Amino acid sequence: MSKAKATFQLEPLTCPSCIKKIETTLNKTEGVESAKVMFNSSKVKTEFDECQVKASQLEETIKKLGYPVLSSKVL
Amino acid sequence: MIERIHRYKNHLTLLSGFIIAAAFIAKVFKIAEWSNGLLVVATIIAVIPIAIKAWQAIRMRVFSIELLVTMAVIGAVFIHEYTESAVVTFLFLFGDYLEVRTLQKTRSSLKELVDMAPQEATLLREDGTRQTISIDDVQKGHRLVVLPGGKIPVDGVIVQGHASINEAAITGESLPINKANNDHVYSGSILDTGYLEIIAEKVGDDTTFAKIIELVEEAQESKSKAERFLDRFSSYYTPTIALLSVLVYIMTRDLHLAITFLVIACPGALVIGAPVSNVAGIGNGAKNGVLIKGGDIMENFAKVDTLVFDKTGTLTKGKPEVTDLHTFTFMPADKIFGLVAKAESISEHHLGQTIVKEAERKRMDLNSYTISEGEAIKGHGITATVDGYSIVAGNRKLMDAERIEIHSDAAEYAVDREKAGNTAIFIAIDDQLVAIISVADQIRDDTKVALEDMRANGIKRMVMLTGDNRHTAEAVANQLGIDEFHAELLPNEKVEYVKKLKEQGAIVAMAGDGINDAPAIATADIGIAMGEGGTDVSMETADVVLMADKLSQYAHAYSLSKATIRNMHQNITIALAVVVILILGVLAGQLHLASGMFIHEGSVLVVILNAMRLIGFKTKASQKHKKQHHKVRESYVS
Repeated sequence: MSKAKATFQLEPLTCPSCIKKIETTLNKTEGVESAKVMFNSSKVKTEFDECQVKASQLEETIKKLGYPVLSSKVL
Repeated sequence: MIERIHRYKNHLTLLSGFIIAAAFIAKVFKIAEWSNGLLVVATIIAVIPIAIKAWQAIRMRVFSIELLVTMAVIGAVFIHEYTESAVVTFLFLFGDYLEVRTLQKTRSSLKELVDMAPQEATLLREDGTRQTISIDDVQKGHRLVVLPGGKIPVDGVIVQGHASINEAAITGESLPINKANNDHVYSGSILDTGYLEIIAEKVGDDTTFAKIIELVEEAQESKSKAERFLDRFSSYYTPTIALLSVLVYIMTRDLHLAITFLVIACPGALVIGAPVSNVAGIGNGAKNGVLIKGGDIMENFAKVDTLVFDKTGTLTKGKPEVTDLHTFTFMPADKIFGLVAKAESISEHHLGQTIVKEAERKRMDLNSYTISEGEAIKGHGITATVDGYSIVAGNRKLMDAERIEIHSDAAEYAVDREKAGNTAIFIAIDDQLVAIISVADQIRDDTKVALEDMRANGIKRMVMLTGDNRHTAEAVANQLGIDEFHAELLPNEKVEYVKKLKEQGAIVAMAGDGINDAPAIATADIGIAMGEGGTDVSMETADVVLMADKLSQYAHAYSLSKATIRNMHQNITIALAVVVILILGVLAGQLHLASGMFIHEGSVLVVILNAMRLIGFKTKASQKHKKQHHKVRESYVS
């Protein structure tokens, strides 16, 4: 397995309930080790296994939840 | 399609608002069918974006507030309450719009910082040509050029040129400072006038600037005790109210009452009230060069009643300066100083170097003197021959050893100077004591005002711990009105002292430089480090970092923490009161869908607006400080 990190910048988040929505969904995704939503900077920080899931898939998941991704940074 | 609706959400909100207005006009003219029709259209337009969000969440099997609102609206349409359904959807969207706008304001401090991040750099190639490259392509060791108005792209060291630099992005201090060869510069600062060539030392996420931003982001995310409590509260509150609404429907068959419960189930102000205060407070700190590393720290900091200070480098500048030259002879003072400075140029001791620096500052030409022999005597001073004069400069022991008599006038004078916080250096020329040079590590200009400010804000006890000698410590403590001091301490003794204070029940903040005092800083309830432009150690160990090394920043941080906690308590009170009013109102039958939603959205805005007051928060001391700066600037101009 190969560990990777990705940070996604979203549009300004307003309702704190969005945090749970995004975090639980991502954490349920196979291959995701951790997902953390930074409410105030409107970012999602993720750690995942690159063999199982791609950063672009995570971005797609976040979009499907209804949060457009403005930019992403993969380390 | 869905993305499009999302993008035009604000337009939909506006449209539904207009249609509702038209419907009310129709009602005034008693055209009921028109009025109802318009309200239904308004409801449908506004509920679409809400329902989409609800659906997206359901698809991922997550519960959402949008779902509750959608259900409530469907229920309202079902019982023909068109006014209510239209107004509720409109208020929900409009409230959301206002929240985005106002929340951006509370987050603006951090955004302003992020926007200061440099995007590109000018690379100086070996053949002398310049090339503009992206900031991501800059590597360690690259030689970069910075021109007036340009941003310093990375952390580095100056190898060519000099400039006046504005380091506000790092230190919060907007007065430009001068830097030249071998000085360090920081990414994010702006070159005011001059020209620089620098060698990149830290790039990308390793720069001080990048670290500050990351730290502030993390800090704004980290929750205080109050926030965690509220989070728990609301995680029970929402399902409970939702369940209650079902129970109410089953028991009373009153759909109207049941859906009203759904609308008040999201305690928006409760969830957002505490975090916005924190974000605005931490943001204010960051803008003023104070990094407060989280909500917990903010909470504890506000409770601090005892301050412990290290002396050197914290209360004082940490840079000794020549404060006086007193002569006992007819020889001109300048000549004596020149001879001594030349003699001291062989010394590696910091007192000797202080004298040399002072000579340089006075623009004395030390090259015009010739030194024929010289010896540094460790712990005592130096002896040297300059321009044929035999020079002895050092402490009492050196004078004794060289058999130079210290007459009573000189001895008295020396003790006086020491009691005033100086180190006295005896100067003899050709075996005669001719002068005493006083060197002192001066108290920072803003220290006294800052300490008074903090005492006025609730500090009960101030303690100074220092490794320095008793005389000097006493002088500094007296001058600043510090309650007690302990001198000649080792770092571990400082730790013991902080522990003792804590055992006595004091809530202790310890301020010191990040390296020597790190253990004591870590032991205190709140550790404060002077950032020195952000050394890694201090940024990691301390709870609060003062980036510009100013005590006025400390005073600012302290009253800011109090103001932030006060603000947070106000927000929590408002939010809890609103919850009680909503529940009582619904139970008493006085509150309906639209009014419930109105109070709910209104309270969210009230707490955000309240938190926004923190963005511009200033202490009295910092205002005074700013004014002084202003005056200095004016005098430069005139």
